[in-house]
Amino acid sequence: MSQSSQTKTPQAIQNTEGRFSRPSVIPPRARIDGIARRSFFTIMLLPVFLIAVVTIALVIRSWPILQAYPLKDLLFGNIWRPDKGLFGFYPYIIATFWVTAVGVLLATPACILISIYLAEYAHARTRSAAKPILDLLAAIPPVVYGVWGLVAIVPFVDKVLAPLSERWLDSVSIFRVNQPTGFGILAAGIVLAVMIAPLIISVMYEIFATVPNDLRHAALAIGATKWQTIRSIILPQVAPGIVAAVVLGASRALGETIAVLMVVGNVAQTPTSIFDPAYPLPALIANNYGDMMSIPLYDSALLSAALILLIVILIFNILSIVVIQRMLRLK
Amino acid sequence: MKFLKQPWQRRHLVEAFMKFIMRVSLVFVAGALGLILWIVVVRGLPALSWSMITQIPKGGYYMGKEGGILNAIIGSLYLATGGTALAMIFSIPIALYLKTYLGDSQWGHYVRLSLDVLWGIPSIVYGAFGFTLMIAFGLRASLLAGIIILALIELPIMTRAMDEVIRRMPVDLEHAALALGSTKLEVALRVVIRQMLPGITTAILLGFGRGIGDAASVLFTAGYTDRIVTSLMRPTASLPLAVFFQLGSPYPEVQRRGYAAALILTIIVLAVSLGSRWISARLNKYTIK
Repeated sequence: MSQSSQTKTPQAIQNTEGRFSRPSVIPPRARIDGIARRSFFTIMLLPVFLIAVVTIALVIRSWPILQAYPLKDLLFGNIWRPDKGLFGFYPYIIATFWVTAVGVLLATPACILISIYLAEYAHARTRSAAKPILDLLAAIPPVVYGVWGLVAIVPFVDKVLAPLSERWLDSVSIFRVNQPTGFGILAAGIVLAVMIAPLIISVMYEIFATVPNDLRHAALAIGATKWQTIRSIILPQVAPGIVAAVVLGASRALGETIAVLMVVGNVAQTPTSIFDPAYPLPALIANNYGDMMSIPLYDSALLSAALILLIVILIFNILSIVVIQRMLRLK
Repeated sequence: MKFLKQPWQRRHLVEAFMKFIMRVSLVFVAGALGLILWIVVVRGLPALSWSMITQIPKGGYYMGKEGGILNAIIGSLYLATGGTALAMIFSIPIALYLKTYLGDSQWGHYVRLSLDVLWGIPSIVYGAFGFTLMIAFGLRASLLAGIIILALIELPIMTRAMDEVIRRMPVDLEHAALALGSTKLEVALRVVIRQMLPGITTAILLGFGRGIGDAASVLFTAGYTDRIVTSLMRPTASLPLAVFFQLGSPYPEVQRRGYAAALILTIIVLAVSLGSRWISARLNKYTIK
C-alpha cells in the first residue's frame, strides 16, 4: 500500500493530468472502430426514418385533394365518381372495417384456444409439430390465399353458409342474404382469419410463456383444475397481451390487399349484411392504379386512401407492439 | 377461492370440454393449411406442363393459345433475389449494431420497435409509396423500382430474424473478446457475425419467401410484361401477378394456367420455408450456446 503511493512513476503522474495525457495519435484499430460505429449508426437510422419518410411522401401527394375538399366530405361522402369530381371514401372505409372485423372475430377465439393449448397443455411433440404448420401458413403468399378463397371459400359460403343463414337467421339483418353469389365480406373474413392466425397465435404463445410457473403451481396445489388455473389466474395476467395480439392481427387484416380483392366482390356500396359484397380501401387502390393519372386529383385521392390506411395501421401497430414488447421484457 | 367450490365432476367436465375444443381449433387450422395445399395441387397440377415453365407467352396466350409463364418465373426470381440482396446489405449492419453497440438499451428498444412497426406496414402502402417516389424521380415501372420496394418490405423481417437469433448469444463470448482487447467492431465482425450465421441464412430465406410472394407492391412498381426482362430499367412480370391476372380472365384455359402458376409459386415458397428450417437446424450445431 505504502509502496505504491511512494513509487509514483513519471508516467502515472502524466496520467493524472486527464485528457491532455492521451496519446496524440489514435491507434488505427480504434479509428476504424469509430468510423464503423458512425456508419453503422447511419444505416440503423434508415428504418427509424423510413416510417416518417413513407408518411410524409403520402401526405405530400395527397395534399391537393385534402386542400380541394374538406376532410368531412372525403371521409363521410357516399359517392365515388372521380370523373365528376366526387371522392367519397365512406363505403370503402366501412367495407374495410367490416372485412377486418369479421376476420378478427373469426380468428380470435380459435387463436386464444390454440395458443393456450400449445402453451399449457400440449406435449412437446405436438408443439414441435404445430410450429412448422404455423410457419407454412405464414409463408403462403396472399395470392395463393386468394386462389383458395376463390376455389373453396366462395362456393362454401354460397352453397353452405348462405342457405343455412337464410333458413335460420333471416330475421337478423347482418346475416341476411341479399345478393347470393358467395363473394362478399364473409368470404373475405374467413380468408383473412386464416391469414392472420399464425401471427396472433405466435404472439399469444410468447405472452403465455411470460407467466411465471410459480403462479401455475400455486393454483394447482390448492386443487384447481388446469382450465380453472388458466381462466382465473393466467388469463387475467396476460389479458393486455391478448388484446394487443388481436389488435396486431387486425392491423395486418386492414392492409391485406390481393387475397381480399379476389373474394370480396368489389361492389362499392355500404354493406348491411356479412353476405354483402363490399369494396375495401386496399382493393380500391390496387384496382385503380392503372388510370390514376388520367383524371385530375384521382392519383391524389387514391394516395390519400393509402394515407388513411397507413395512419390507422400505424396507430394499431404502435399501440399493440408497445404493449407486447413491455410484457415480453417484464419476463 | 370461489372456483374451488364447484363440484369436482363439473370442473373436470369443463376441463375435458375445453381441451376438446382447443384440439378441434388446432385441427381446424392445420386442416386449413392442408386444404390450401390440396386445392392448389388439385387445380394446378393438371394444367402444369413443360411449356408452362419453359416458354414465354406467345400470340393469343391470354385467349388460351400456346405459351408459358417463364417471363413471370424469371421476373419473380430477379425481383426476390435483388430485393433480398439489397435488404441484406442494410440488415446485417443494423443487426450487428443492435447487438454490439446498443444491446438491450433504450435506443435498442426504439430501433426494434420501429422495425416491428415497419413490418406491419402493408405492402399496398409500400407500393403507393414507391409510386410517389417514381413520380417524383420521373421513373417508370421497372425491375429496379420493384427491387427497391421489395428490399424495403424485407428489411424489417430480415433484421428482426437475425436479431432474434443473435440475442441468444452468450454474453460471455462478447466479454471474452473485449477483455482480450478487441474493439467493438472486431467483436462484431469476428465473433458476433459467426454466431449469427444461422440467423443470416434464416433471414435470407424468410425475406426471399416474402419477397417472391408479394403482389400488391410489385403491381405499382414493377409493372407487367410478356417479355423476359433484360434490363434493370424495364418493367418485369412476376408470379403473383401472373396468378392474379390469369384468374381474372374469362377463358377457362387461361384460368387453369393461373392455377398452375399458383402451384409453381407455392412450391417455391414451401421449398424456401422448409429449406430455411433445415439449414438453420444444421448450422445451429456450430454456434456456441
